[in-house]
This record gives sequence, C-alpha cells and structure tokens, in this order.
Amino acid sequence: MKKLFPFFKGYRTESFLAPFFKLLEAIFELLVPLVVAAIIDVGLPSGDRGFVIRRVLLLAALGIIGFVSAVTAQYFSAKAATGFSAAVRKSVFSHTEALSFSSIDRLGIPTIINRMTADVEQLQTGVNLFLRLFMRSPFIVFGAMIMAFTLDAKAALIFLLVIVLLFIVVFAVMLISIPLYQKVQGRLDALLQRTRENLTGARVLRAFCKEADETAAFKTENQALTRMQTFVGRISALMNPLTLILVNLAVVLLIHTGAIKVDAGLMTQGTVVALYNYMAQILVELIKLANLIITLTRAVASARRVSQLLEIPSRITDGDDAATEKTEGDVITFANVSFTYDRAGEPTLSDISFSVKPGETIGVIGGTGSGKSTLMSLLARFYAVTSGEIRLNGVEITRYAEKELRRRIGFVLQKSVLFRGTLRENMQWEKADATDEEILEALSVAQGTDILNAKPEGLDMPVEEGGRNFSGGQRQRLSIARTLVKKPDILILDDSSSALDYVTEANLRRSLKNMSYRPTLFIVSQRASAVMHADRILLLEDGRLTAIGTHQELLQNSAAYREIYASQCREEAVADA
Amino acid sequence: MLNRKDTLKKVLSYVRPYTVSLILALFLALVSVISALGIPVLVGQAIDGIVAAGQVDFAIVSRSILWLLIFLATGAVSQWVMQVVYNHVTYSVVRRMRDDAFHKLHRLPLRFLDAHPAGEIVSRIITDAERLADGLLMGFSQLFTGVMTILGTIILMVYLNPIITLVVVLVTPLSLFVSKYIAVKTYHLFGRQAEVRGEATALIDEHIGNLKLMQAMGQEQRSQAQFEKINEELKGTSLKAIFFSSLTNPSTRFVNTLIYAAVGLIGAFTVIGGGLTVGGFAVLLSYANQYAKPFNEVSGVITELQNALACANRVFTLLEQEEQTPDGTALLPSSVKGAVSIENVSFSYHPDRPLIENFSLSVSPGQKIAIVGLTGCGKTTLINLLMRFYDVNSGCIRVDGADIRDIPRHQFRQQFGMVLQDTWLKTGTVRENIALGKPDATDEEIVDAAKRAFADGFIRQLPDGYDTVLYSNNEVLSQGQKQLLSIARILLREPSILILDEATSSIDTRTEIKVQQAFDRLMEGKTSFVVAHRLSTIREADVILVMKDGNIVESGSHTELLNKNGFYAELYHSQFAGTAL
Repeated sequence: MKKLFPFFKGYRTESFLAPFFKLLEAIFELLVPLVVAAIIDVGLPSGDRGFVIRRVLLLAALGIIGFVSAVTAQYFSAKAATGFSAAVRKSVFSHTEALSFSSIDRLGIPTIINRMTADVEQLQTGVNLFLRLFMRSPFIVFGAMIMAFTLDAKAALIFLLVIVLLFIVVFAVMLISIPLYQKVQGRLDALLQRTRENLTGARVLRAFCKEADETAAFKTENQALTRMQTFVGRISALMNPLTLILVNLAVVLLIHTGAIKVDAGLMTQGTVVALYNYMAQILVELIKLANLIITLTRAVASARRVSQLLEIPSRITDGDDAATEKTEGDVITFANVSFTYDRAGEPTLSDISFSVKPGETIGVIGGTGSGKSTLMSLLARFYAVTSGEIRLNGVEITRYAEKELRRRIGFVLQKSVLFRGTLRENMQWEKADATDEEILEALSVAQGTDILNAKPEGLDMPVEEGGRNFSGGQRQRLSIARTLVKKPDILILDDSSSALDYVTEANLRRSLKNMSYRPTLFIVSQRASAVMHADRILLLEDGRLTAIGTHQELLQNSAAYREIYASQCREEAVADA
Repeated sequence: MLNRKDTLKKVLSYVRPYTVSLILALFLALVSVISALGIPVLVGQAIDGIVAAGQVDFAIVSRSILWLLIFLATGAVSQWVMQVVYNHVTYSVVRRMRDDAFHKLHRLPLRFLDAHPAGEIVSRIITDAERLADGLLMGFSQLFTGVMTILGTIILMVYLNPIITLVVVLVTPLSLFVSKYIAVKTYHLFGRQAEVRGEATALIDEHIGNLKLMQAMGQEQRSQAQFEKINEELKGTSLKAIFFSSLTNPSTRFVNTLIYAAVGLIGAFTVIGGGLTVGGFAVLLSYANQYAKPFNEVSGVITELQNALACANRVFTLLEQEEQTPDGTALLPSSVKGAVSIENVSFSYHPDRPLIENFSLSVSPGQKIAIVGLTGCGKTTLINLLMRFYDVNSGCIRVDGADIRDIPRHQFRQQFGMVLQDTWLKTGTVRENIALGKPDATDEEIVDAAKRAFADGFIRQLPDGYDTVLYSNNEVLSQGQKQLLSIARILLREPSILILDEATSSIDTRTEIKVQQAFDRLMEGKTSFVVAHRLSTIREADVILVMKDGNIVESGSHTELLNKNGFYAELYHSQFAGTAL
C-alpha cells in the first residue's frame, strides 16, 4: 500500500482541498434545520414577516454557498483521482515492461493486464469517492447528532441509540449479503465459462452428440444460480424496511419526549421539528456511508494487488561494461550452462557447452519439451543461467548493456504477433528509421513480397490488433521480416516458420542463405528438413545436448537423429546416407 | 433485429406466467407508498398537538403515534414482501430466457456460430440477460412506486395547501431539467472516455499481452511512450467526464434548496395568515425535500429500462435465429459398413465465391482417403461437409447409400470419430475428457485408451493423475499433449469412420509414428479421412485428394500422382528435396 502514496505527489493540494470544501458544504447543510426552527419559533408566533424573509434569504444563501463549495470539491477530487490513477497506470506499465521473463511467467500476463486496467480503475473510483464522501457522510451523521445535543441533550441520546442501531443493521445486511453476492458472481462466471466452452467446442460436442447433456448441465447450474440470487435478494430486501422501522421508531420516541418536554416548557415546537429534520438527514447519509465503505474495501484490495506488482523487483538491464570484446574467434560460447525454471524441480537444460563461429548457421532440433526454446532464451538473456556462462564475443553476456544486446541479437519468437497500425509501422518496430527500401528488402528475404503485393495499399496496408487480419503463416513471415530490418549480428528463428508449408519454408531458407549480410543464424525447429542444411546441428534430448555436427555426421552418429529424420523423410534418404 | 415494440411483447410473454404475483406486488407497492406518505402527515399532526408549554394535547399525540406505528408496520412488511415477489419473478424470467438461449445454441447451424465471435454470443446469453434482470428488477420496484409516490405527494400537498403545491409542482421540473441537461452534456464525455479507455486497453492488451516480444525487440521505451500518450489523453477525458457528471448531485441539491426556501417563505406567510398549521408547515417542508427524489428515480429507471430493452433485444435476436434443418428419419443399419459416396457436390461459404464445384468421389468401406494441400486451401471444408457441420449447396453425400441429410444427426455422427487440429478440452477431469464420447466407460477402458494414445505417461505426472481438473483455456498441457488426449477419446470410442484433421501436427515425430500405429490398428477395415501436411504420413492412403484454393485439383494414389508430375509431385518434392539447396 505504501508504494502508492507517492503517486499523490503533485495532487496534494487537490487532495486536501476536495474534502475541505466538502466539509464546508456539509456544515452549511446542517445549518438549514436551525434556520427553519428559528422561523417556527420566532417568526411564526410573532408574525414578523420581515424576520421570515430574512431567514428564507439566509436559506437561499446557504444553498448557493453550499453549491459553490460542492462544485469546487468535485473538481479537486476528480482532478486528484484521475491524476493519481494516470500516474499509477504509467508507473505500472513501465514497471511491467521492466519485469524479467521469470516474473512474467510467475504472474501470468492476464493477471498483469487486469491489474493495470480493472484494478487501477477501481482505485480511481475509490480515491474519488473517498475524497468526496469520506468527510461528508460521517460529518453529516455525527454533525446531526452533535446539533441534536446542542438542541437537547436527552433527545440527542435517542439519536445516539438510533445511529448505533442503524449502523448495526446496515452493516449486518451488507456483511451477510456481500459474500453471497460474490458467490452469485462466481456462479455467473461458471455459467459464462460453460457457455463459452460450448461455443468454442461446438464441433467436438456435436461430433460426440453431447448437446443434450450440456444443455441439461447448463439448466442445473442456471437453476442453482437463480436460487442463490433469490436468496440473496431476500436478505438485501430487508435493508429498506428495517431502516425505515428504526428511523420512525426514533421519530416516535422524539415526539413522545418532545411532547412531555414542550408541555413542561423545556423545549420549543421548532426544536422538535429541527430534531425531526436531522433524523431524516442521518438515514440518507448513513446508507451512502455504508456503500462508500464497501467501495473503499474493494479499492483497498485493488491497491494491494497493484502494490504487489510494483514491489516485484525489475530485471537488471545493464552489465558493467563490454569494452573488452574480442573481434576474432568464436562469436558465441556456452560453457557448462545449466538452467532450472523458477519453482521447477528438474533442470530444463543441463551442462550445455558449445561454441559458434561468426556467420555460421546452426540448426537446433529436438522433441517437444527438449529445451530448444529455453536454450535460445538464455542466449538472448531473457533468463539468467543457473550455472555456467554464456559469452558473446568473448565477454560474458551479463556484462552487456541490455540495449547493446538487443541491437546485436534479433529474436523471432515462436508466437508471431503484429501490432495495430500500418505494415510499415510494424516493419519499423525494431528500427525506427528504416527506409521503405530496407523494409522491401527484408520482406523479400522473408518471403513476404506476395503479402505486400496482394493489397493495393502496399506498406500502408492496415494491420489489426495482434495482426489478426493475416494468416498464421503470413504473420510468421512478417515477423521474420520485422527482425531482419534491424540486420542483427545474430539472428534466432525460434520455430518461427512452423506455419509455413514446405515450399515456402524452403524458399525462406534459401533466401536467408543468399542475403547480402551474413548474420550468425540459429534455426530452431522440430522438422529435420528445416535444419538439415545448417552448418552444424545441435540435437537436444531432455535438456541435454546429445549430438552436434553436420546432417551427415548426425545421421551416422546419432540414432535419435536418424529416427527423427526417418519419421519425417522417406526411407530412401536414410538409405542414401 | 427486432423493433422495440416486438421486444417488449416478447419480454411480456416471458413475464405473463407471473401475472398473479405481479398484481399482488403492485398492491403491496400501493400499500407501502400510502404508509410512507402517511407517516409524515401523522408526524405533522403530532407536532400540531405539541404547541407550547402547557398546551400539549397528549390525546392527539398518542393517537398520531399509534397510527404511525400501524402505518409503519404495514408499510415495512409490504415493502419487504413486494421486493421478494419482484426478485422471484425477475430471476425466474431471466432463468427461463437463459435456458432457452442456451438450448438454442446447439440448434443453431455452425454457419452462424462460425460467423459470430464466441464472446459476442456468450455476452448475449450471460451478460445481456443479467442486465435485463437488473433493469427489470429496478423497473418493477421503482417505476410504479415512484409514480405513485409522486401522485400521492401531490394529492396530500393539495390537501394541505394548494398554492404551495402549485409552486412545488411548477418549480420541481427545474431540478429535473438541470439533471437531464447534465446527463445529456456528460453523455458524450462518457462516450469519449469509454472510447479512449478502449484504446488504452487495446494498447495494453497488445503490448503487455506480448511483453516477451516487446522485450525481445528491446522496444520497451517506445511502447512506454505510446502508452503514455494515450494515458495522458485518458486522464484528460476521465477528468472531464467524472467532474461534469459529478455536478448532478450538487446541482439538483441546490435547486431543491431553492424550492425548500420558497416553500418556507410561502408556508410561513400562510401560517401567519392562519391558513396552515405549524405541523402542516413541517410536513410541506419535508415533502418539498423529498418530492424531487422519485422524479430522479423514475427518470433513472426509464434509462435503465431502455438499456434493459436493448439487452433483451440482443437476447431475442439470438433466440429468433434460423435453426439448422430438422433431423430426417432414415435409419442407418446397426453396423455401418462405411461406404461413403460424394455425388456432384457443390459448396461455398459465400454465394459469390464458389469453392467446391461438382465434386464426386466414391469411397469403399475400409479405404483410407488423404487430403493434402498448402495451408489455407480449404481442406477443413471437406470435413465440415462430411460431419454435416455444413450442408452441401447441391448434390449429396451418402453413407451406406443413405443421404446424410435424411439421417438424424446424432445417429449419423455416432458413427464418426473426429480429431481436429485445434484441440478442445472441456472443463473437467482428464478422465471425463477422455470419456467424453463414452460416459459409461470403465476406468480400465479409459486408462487403456490413454495408454494406446501414449498419454498415460504424462497424465500420471499431473498433480492428480486422471482426476486432474483441466480448463478449456488451460495452459497446463502443451498443444501436443492436448492432441494426445483428443486421440485417446477417439480410441476409446471406436467409431466406424475416422476423420483426422492434422490430428498429430503438434506431436513430435517420434511419438507421432507410435500414435499412427495405434490409429492404424483402430482403423483396420474402417473408412478414414486424413488431413495432413506431413506427406510421409499419408503415402499409404488409397486415394489422395490434392486441394488448391478450395478446389480438388488432383486425386489418385501416391504413385499415380507422382507419375502425373503435377501439383502433388511438386509438394512432395519440396518437402524432401531440401537437398537441392
């Protein structure tokens, strides 16, 4: 929670002035019954019309001042709340961008997004309401009681009693019904989940003739939801009648006490009316106060979640320096590298050692879960190695500034995503000042020219969110092009051509080979055909590097590689080898 | 889309069974309004009995208090019962509507489901129905009560003092006008806020949703700059929307204070003139304070009801959709041989874009048919037709001689086993998922199927083994593992005809070979249709259909097609002819 207070900086004045003006408004409002009492007690018996007019003008004046105070308060409060939440959102966004891959894995992206949107929104509402109402409502409730004390101490005891009882009733109803409403929401979510599932699985469900079963299950759940809703409804419907009864019983007591006191000359008729008016004000504000407390509880929960996110340390982005690079020899060296994911029992990679010369093409192959992607992620320093070291140009990669590392390494991820905007903007993501010429060249290498030519808009063609207006294969080719624009020294294709058919994939490989500049290239794939032409192939099995060599060497030396190759290619090819 | 009147009629038809309950509730509402309005009058009477020292009429005071207690008790009880009745009616109505909508879901043609995002349909059945419930509940409980309170207040005020009533009735619309004016003014501000917030959320979804990519590209700062721009904009529009909308309360309160002052002035003068008692004056003041409230409530309810009606419209539009054609009555023999014949079939998703035209194919029982082609060439279309997810436009498909449109869908689909590339798991345990097509399967059968699908190993490693609960948006299992589960499902079911649409695409090739052997055993003597992009898996097929741009361009056995040296030969060589590099 403490993490969030600094975001009020810059809005301190507003945060102070909003409740202050709200307080002023409340004070003016509380004076109204006193003025009316004066009219009844002084103006009416004496018949002094001038006195009445002056008091009524005072009422109007109180109204005007109250209005101005309220508007001022609303403005300051809205300003503080929106300013605060914008500052929080900005900070959460930048903090999130700086999280390490391990932290991202642990939190999960949907959680992060939820905190940034729903939780911050909740916070904004909470701050706004707090500034506006948290002073006003208690002030009116207790102010009315204090005013009652100034009018008549014994009558005021009735106020004290009724306020306590109202508090108990209002909170009891809320305390009982709110958890129940949460359960209702839970059931509603379950119903929603079932419906969504039935839609996404419509084909399978129909193929298995499960329509009737699913409908019956839905009905049962729907009925349970309705029962729950009706039950909660019954409880929360108690709130109005109960408060009505309490307040009016207090009124009865007031009248009773008033009658005796007035008869004895201890109180005036106007005072009775004023006390009656204060009673009415209490009820309205008390219910507002209860609602406010509920909203605030939610906001506090949101605040906790946002703080938690902000408390996660960001990744270390910069090493000390990398001035001592060697320009000759191996560009990349893995020395006894092992890696275990956070909270995983078994290491994903064990004792990996190999080195790569500049301009070499390295194929990485292995089954699902053999650690191929992890290997590449370590090279890009997305995760820190558990033991061993990785050197880039002879310098340990932890010593590079992150910016430097990203400039040198182009990483095309398995999941290819484009961003909303134009194709040109997308192609400029990794190199902001890329010219059309550079983009066209990259597109041509990545086999994306036909995508470009398919539409008349050319590079201005619109890209929808995530690139959903392109097919999976098109997105993959465009993602590769996007990275190629940057011309990185090291290019990693992490299974990023899996959605391409064999013809296109073969063409891509050919054009990568014939590029004018020669990056060190890593091709990760499950397909033997994608890696068999690499200068060397790394074969990973269960996180161990079990073979390394050319296609021919592996065919001769590695049974596992032979098996993979045979499963994908014709037997003759194996026989040829 | 239905028009508003039709929508209202439809809503009323759902409400009709509860007419008696509703009449009871309306009566109770009347009682509670009368008692709510009567209480201040009784308080006024009591105050009139308390004039000054020595001038208190205790008889009047006691009588008023007694009546007040009676009014209070009746009012409170009827208010509660009324609310309970409304709850019951509303929730029952919405429950029935939701049941109907869900039931409808499975009778809609897939053409409709494919054309509408799942989120949209879900929101009709769940969210829109819920909003309708909120609207109905609010409408029921506040509209009638509000209107009656207004009328009752006017009558009572006229009874107390017609002139003051006139002032109140004439000036009150000012407060309504002010709140309406603010609402209209802020409407577009809220719209703008929603728009900007939507943009901000979209950017967050895109950039934070692809956080790893953003970091891999090293473009966090650029992303941050884009976000800050929209964040600032959001701050500005939010401030405006929140501030202007928050003016409603102070403004109406201000107008009410003015009315209050006016009533105070006229009332006091009337009392001095002897035309009104002090108690009556107090009552008028409290009415003046409360009078505007039901107006605001009623106008709020009307907006809410319009909203609810719009939601109801979306639910009913779904309910009114045309359903798939009714089932036929022809019966398949108890043991299906698996002869499939496709006769002069034409099909297209859009009338102006022809796809499959005049296609015929005869498949003898036990044959293996493979469908190949580049990504996106329409291989899945053929499966849509075979499973009767879509009906052919012309021509017909026969199974064992019967037109599949004449066979009831369930009986027909019972014969098929289908594994799709996009695997789907339902929320439930692993066991339930495997037994999807055979709910009465024994544990031994389930484990046996899992073993044959090579899924037993990883299932046992899951936290609760076969009882591990999976969710449809599950991230615990890899795509390959999900495929193995889907395969286990089919192995358990032992269908007569098998359809595999890239069923093993995410499984590593060594496991794939073993799974393939399981399939082969299952399919011995049975007809199968296989879509694959790994050509090695389909060379033994009896007939290979080669598709391009939605059309079947070649068909024949592997050797025939290679000899033809056409498109298939090109595909085949490209897959293995990496050696050409």
